[in-house]
Order: sequence, then C-alpha cells, then structure tokens
Amino acid sequence: MNAIREFFRTFLLFELVKGMALTGRHMFARKITIQFPDEKTPQSPRFRGLHALRRYPNGEERCIACKLCEAVCPALAITIESDQRTDGTRRTTRYEIDLTKCIFCGFCEESCPVDSIVETRIFEYHGERRGDLVYTKEMLLAIGDRYEDQIAQDRASDAAYR
Amino acid sequence: MEYFETLLGPAWPVVWTLAKIVAIVLPLMIGVAYLTLAERKVIGYMQVRLGPNRVSFFGLRWLRGWGQPIADGLKLLTKEIIIPTGANKFLFILAPILSIMPALAAWAVVPFDPNLVLANVDAGLLYVLAITSMGVYGVIIAGWASNSKYAFLGSLRSAAQIVSYEIAMGFALVGVLMMAHSLNLVEIVKQQQGSYGALSWNWVPLFPMFLVYLISGVAETNRAPFDVAEGESEIVAGFHVEYSGMAFAVFFLAEYANMILVSTLCATMFLGGWLSPIPGLPDGFPWLLAKVAFVLFLFLWFRATFPRYRYDQIMRLGWKVFIPVTLVWLLVIGGWMQTPYWLWASGAH
Repeated sequence: MNAIREFFRTFLLFELVKGMALTGRHMFARKITIQFPDEKTPQSPRFRGLHALRRYPNGEERCIACKLCEAVCPALAITIESDQRTDGTRRTTRYEIDLTKCIFCGFCEESCPVDSIVETRIFEYHGERRGDLVYTKEMLLAIGDRYEDQIAQDRASDAAYR
Repeated sequence: MEYFETLLGPAWPVVWTLAKIVAIVLPLMIGVAYLTLAERKVIGYMQVRLGPNRVSFFGLRWLRGWGQPIADGLKLLTKEIIIPTGANKFLFILAPILSIMPALAAWAVVPFDPNLVLANVDAGLLYVLAITSMGVYGVIIAGWASNSKYAFLGSLRSAAQIVSYEIAMGFALVGVLMMAHSLNLVEIVKQQQGSYGALSWNWVPLFPMFLVYLISGVAETNRAPFDVAEGESEIVAGFHVEYSGMAFAVFFLAEYANMILVSTLCATMFLGGWLSPIPGLPDGFPWLLAKVAFVLFLFLWFRATFPRYRYDQIMRLGWKVFIPVTLVWLLVIGGWMQTPYWLWASGAH
C-alpha cells in the first residue's frame, strides 16, 4: 500500500511541486545580501586582517627581534634580519611579511612577547604589481602608527578572555 | 515600400526577407540578453540573494542591474578565442555556429500572430522537429574538436540525452497533431480557439503530454536538472570547456535562444499561442509573450529548485517513463476522440 502511495506521489510530481513551492516562497523572502561597499558586516575585535607593527607610547618600536614570529609562522611568510643599534639594543634591520604567503592564522601575534606584531581589522588592500604585497618594516610601522587607537582598543576589549 | 521595391528591382525579395529575419533575430538576441539577467535575478531571489544590481545605464538608479547583460556581452567580445593544441581548428570554429544556427532557423515557422509568421509552411511542426534535432551536432562537434576528455564526455552524454528525449518529445507532439489534424503551426493555434478560453487549449486534454514536452524541453536544451552535458561539478563545463571569448558566447546564446524557442513552441502547441485565456478579451501577440515568459520562468524555477539528475536516472526517465506515458495517453486520447464524450472537437462550440 505504501509502495503504491509512494509511486503515485512520485508519478504525479508531488515531491517536485513541493520543492518548487519552497523555492517559490523564498523568492518573496527578505533578502540577506549585504551590498558590500555600501554596507559592511560587523567585525569581531579578534578579526585577523592586515598586519601592523606597534610602538610604545614614547615612540620606541616594540619589536626586539626575538624572531619568535618568524619561527612560528607556518607559511614562512616572515623574514627578519637583526643588528645591534647604537644604543646597544637588538633591533630588526629588516622585517618583511609576504602577504601572498600569509594565511592569517594569527600565530605571529600569539607568539609575540612584546605585543609588537598584530593583525588589524583592515582587509581591503591590494597590490598592483609583483612585490606590492611584500610589506616592509616601514610600511608595517606606518600601519601601526595610523591605527594604534583601534588596535589598542581591540586588545583591551579582548584582554578579559585571554 | 513600393519606392524601395522599384529602387532595388530583382534584389528586393532578398532584401525584404533579410529585413524580416533581422526583425525576428534582433528582438530574440535582446530577449536572450535579458533572459540571462532574469535568470540571475530569479535564481538569486530564490536563494535569498539580490542578484546583479550594479551595472546601470548613465548611472540611473532605477536601471541598476539592467546594464549587466550588455557589460557581459562586451566583455566576452573583447576576450581572446583560444584554440587548444591538437584541436581541429575548422570544426572547433564550426561547432558554435552549428549550435546557434538551428536555434535561429526554427523561428522561421513560429507564428506570432495569425498573420505574423515568416514562413507559413504546412509542414511547420516537422520543420521545427528536424531543425531542433540539428542542435546536437554543434555539441558533438564541439566535444570532438576540442581534443579534451571532459569536452568529449560532455558531448557524449549530451548526444545520448538529446536523442532519447527527442523521442518522448516527438510522441508528445503526435498528440498535438491528433488534436489539430495539421502540421501547420498557425492551424495548430487556431484549432485551440474555443469558448472556454484557457480551458480549450491543448494543455487540458493533453496534460500528460504537456508535462512530458515541458520536461523534455528542459532536457533538450541541456538545462538544470538535466545539465549533465555541462556538469560543472563532474566534467568542469562539458562540451564547451575549451571555448572562450565570443566562441563561448555563441554557445551561450544558442542555449538561451533554444530555451526561448522551446518555451515559444510549448506556448504555441499547448498554451494556445496568441489566443487570449479569457473569452472576450482580444487575442494578440502580447498573450504569446506572456505565455513564453511564464514558461521561461518555469525553466528558471526548475534550475533554482532541483539538483542535477544522475545520468542513469535521466535515461530511465526518458525511456522508461516518458515514452510509455505518452504512448498510453495517445491511446486514451485516440479512443476518447472516437466517443461522443469528446469535449474539444474543433468547431463544436
């Protein structure tokens, strides 16, 4: 009996009409599209976007060239060279992140003992020719200077959960 | 008009015929362009998205999205046509032409109005069947000439599928012939005229045939859920993997022109062509347009709803379901016609 009922259900396209009713209903549903450049989705303070190198409030760069981030980077995207500065401290002479290799895992930020390398909320950036996406120390410091307020605020809001 | 006739002399019939062809093909191409937009919009809405809404004309807000097909066309026009190594160059270029040719040629016998038909031939239905079956050659040759296994598999699938569904389609049309006693498409529409409006059309007595024709039409045009010839997830894009630029665009045009053609034929043969659905309202071309739009909407609705059939299921549906159903219904209709209880006899009401 059941088999006969199933046969007629299939044969009379019952299931297909049911499916079409569902998509037909959805046609009039409210659309959930976010029209990107005009509208944006809310971001978490933990968002991992473009990197930045931070400074202390007195203007001294935080990075002490411990190379932990270089070591932990699973994509080998970070290249660091270091030397002694005139005041005797160890500083990086070269700090490059190849963003075409980076997978934005955030391990560099986790590993940093002085909270120097961070990932910001910035995700709208691009390069126009080969090498444009290799960010140098100067560029990373500039991003850090520019977005320090936002970066500090995000770190503070997340501090309670770490 | 007489002025041009005397001016051009013996060349006039040729020029006049060409003008009529342009008058059909140009609106058809615009229809194809906007069908692609309609498809993206309708499927987008059914998936709770918005679909294309950026490209507009002259920055007018209320035309947002309407420039999309034009932009797509221009993009494809400026792209390179890559001919793969080892491809048969002649056949490779010939294939898209072969596939769009039948999609356009079949329009010669489609009646838009009692008097508005390019060639009112008596074997119109036969012509349409013959021409539309030519479409499969474009696909087979494309698959063969590409020298690619994906393209070849796609064309093999497509060939088997189109041939199988053509039989069911042909049987469904036999029902229409029995109703109209004519192969002439104008006669077929005229026979559907009756005092019950939409209920005197062929889709009521031939309802199973109507469904079989509609579904076979979807299969015939290689549309979802019968799009195994393309099968993005299995064979990349099927017979047109190797095509790019305008050569690809011609395949695309052919697919959508075929969709419009099948919808128009469906509207002509089962939904009363230009006839008005409500008795008393004037008949005319806008009714045909509305019916074609409705059938096309069904095509898009199917695509938004159903997952792709497995290949053996397609074959089973074509051979073991559609052909028996149409044959049985032919017998039923044939028997019913002989009894006095036949309700759709032409001229009886």
